[in-house]
Amino acid sequence: MPLPFCPGCGDITVINCFLRAVHELGYADLRRFVFCSGIGCAAWIPSPYFEADSIHTTHGRSIPVATGVKLNRPDLNVVVFGGDGDLVGIGLSHLIHAARRNLDITVILVNNMIYGMTGGQVAPTTPFKARTTTTPYGSFEYPLDATRLVVAARACYAARWTTFHVEQLKEAMKRAVTTKGFAFVEAVSQCPTAFGRRAGFKTAVDMLRWFKENSVLVQHVEKMAESDLIGRIVVGEFARREFPSFTETLYETVKEARKSA
Amino acid sequence: MRRVGGRGLARRVLPGTYFWQGNEACAEGAIMAGCRFFAGYPITPASEIAEHLAERLPQVGGIAVQMEDEMASLGAVIGASWAGAKAMTATSGPGFSLMQENIGYTFMTETPCVIVDVQRVGPSTGQATKCGQGDVMQARWGTHGDYASVVLSPNSVQEMFDLTIRAFNLAEKYRTPVVLLADEIVAHMRERVEVPTLDKIEILNRRKPKPNEKAFFGSEEIPPMPSVGEGFNVAVTGSTHDEYGYRYSADPVVHRKLAERLVGKIKQNAKTIVDFEGYNVEGCEVGIVSYGCTSRAVYEAVKLAKERRISVGFVTLKTIWPFPHDVVRALAQNVKVLLVPEMNLQQVFYEVERSAHGSVPVVPINKVGGGEMITPEEILAEVVRSVKAVD
Repeated sequence: MPLPFCPGCGDITVINCFLRAVHELGYADLRRFVFCSGIGCAAWIPSPYFEADSIHTTHGRSIPVATGVKLNRPDLNVVVFGGDGDLVGIGLSHLIHAARRNLDITVILVNNMIYGMTGGQVAPTTPFKARTTTTPYGSFEYPLDATRLVVAARACYAARWTTFHVEQLKEAMKRAVTTKGFAFVEAVSQCPTAFGRRAGFKTAVDMLRWFKENSVLVQHVEKMAESDLIGRIVVGEFARREFPSFTETLYETVKEARKSA
Repeated sequence: MRRVGGRGLARRVLPGTYFWQGNEACAEGAIMAGCRFFAGYPITPASEIAEHLAERLPQVGGIAVQMEDEMASLGAVIGASWAGAKAMTATSGPGFSLMQENIGYTFMTETPCVIVDVQRVGPSTGQATKCGQGDVMQARWGTHGDYASVVLSPNSVQEMFDLTIRAFNLAEKYRTPVVLLADEIVAHMRERVEVPTLDKIEILNRRKPKPNEKAFFGSEEIPPMPSVGEGFNVAVTGSTHDEYGYRYSADPVVHRKLAERLVGKIKQNAKTIVDFEGYNVEGCEVGIVSYGCTSRAVYEAVKLAKERRISVGFVTLKTIWPFPHDVVRALAQNVKVLLVPEMNLQQVFYEVERSAHGSVPVVPINKVGGGEMITPEEILAEVVRSVKAVD
């Protein structure tokens, strides 16, 4: 089936990294996985292009649906794919609560800093002063750092890479899928069609070069001045910890309740 | 880790006589029907359902969670249903409004589930603790697009138990969301409930596909429903799709086929789905069409009218949607006037008027605010007045 993405779209890189990650983890197919995704280009990654169970939900509500799936089938790997509009805009509350609960799912945020599918409107992750279709004079809002947000909400694993960092992105996805607890991977991605074009990038390659030249590892950030961090993309692993997951605790409670009934 | 959900029959809802609150009876009915997942958000006057299930569901091996809002609640119910569980949520007007988008999703994807709306005074925040019946049209048309709603209306605590079971059965049989449209008075009153032995209760389950089947969204009136994690590679989507679940965002033929089947599967089976209580429908002077708590006053009004030698008949709706047009039309032929008492400013009235098709006058009796019920005396007064007017 032909993919619907634009030429140069970062989603294709994300697909590549994810499927390689799954393969390297030893899965011969995706039957142990269930994919939930909302609305947007990134949400079309699994639905229906993966040969797997996929639930393509309403905008921003993929994580609640994933919650319902995971709680009833804790044995399956539940993976959410979504864009920045879907997961950091309309679905932000659900992202935070899933992290807070330590729901053991994997969330892959494909952050192209724009609402791509609808033609390029400003998003909660769009850089300050960027030109978009709904901010023709430049965005007057500051972008949200979703990775740091989920870390504050107690995510067990949180990492951010760009579609330039394919090897690291793949490794992060492997770690996320095998994490016991809430795992989050943000893939900063190029959207040449809806964002890059208006933001001054001529091609997808120009955007990848921008990612490469402006990325800085999270370990180095402490030593850098505030002013040096403007316009930079901080990448790396932001959290790695372990504590009882939502499903674990809930099932223990059910077990106790059954005894008392 | 154990797998939860599935079709297990209720445990520990032992047969017998109970004295329950309406919301409690609804929760127990859900358990009896095999519901093993509840996700909800607190809202007056439905919170007791969530509280009761939070305690009872784990006892029967089920799961009850409180989600961060109503959209997430129905979202979790959707996920649970696709994981194979019978799932339910409960709310009131403001929450019901928030759920509409996901309700549309359950129609489009044919996800069986039960949504309880315990009506209160609206619109908006209204009067949280006071009964209303203003969500009737919303239950039919709340979300955008084309779909056919199935909405049940209990008028007693016994019915809060029985109709919740029926709601699950209809959801599973027709692969559709079912709304249990209760009201604050029926939800909060306490009455006797008879719980029969299991063999006397019908419990239906969704049809599962055979191993090689691939068409879960078409090719027959009500397609089989796989669960995720069973190797069927099911593609669920709220976009227009073909029988395999593949998205077709532009094709008119694919959409027409889908939309017509979604509406048709309910419309064609309306006679089986429709449920009502009729009295004196063959012939009387005044006919009354009512539902929910208001119908309880109608029972009394009928007695009072009899004392005044006015013959009154009624149709008490137990399904508001699909609306029993044939039944009401027939009643209209046999009476001089139809009365429609409701605790709103005319909603079912319009359907009755449409069914009557001008053959008889249709008179609304409306009362809103403060949870004040329409009294038997108020209904009687209108009965007397109408009879005089048509003579």
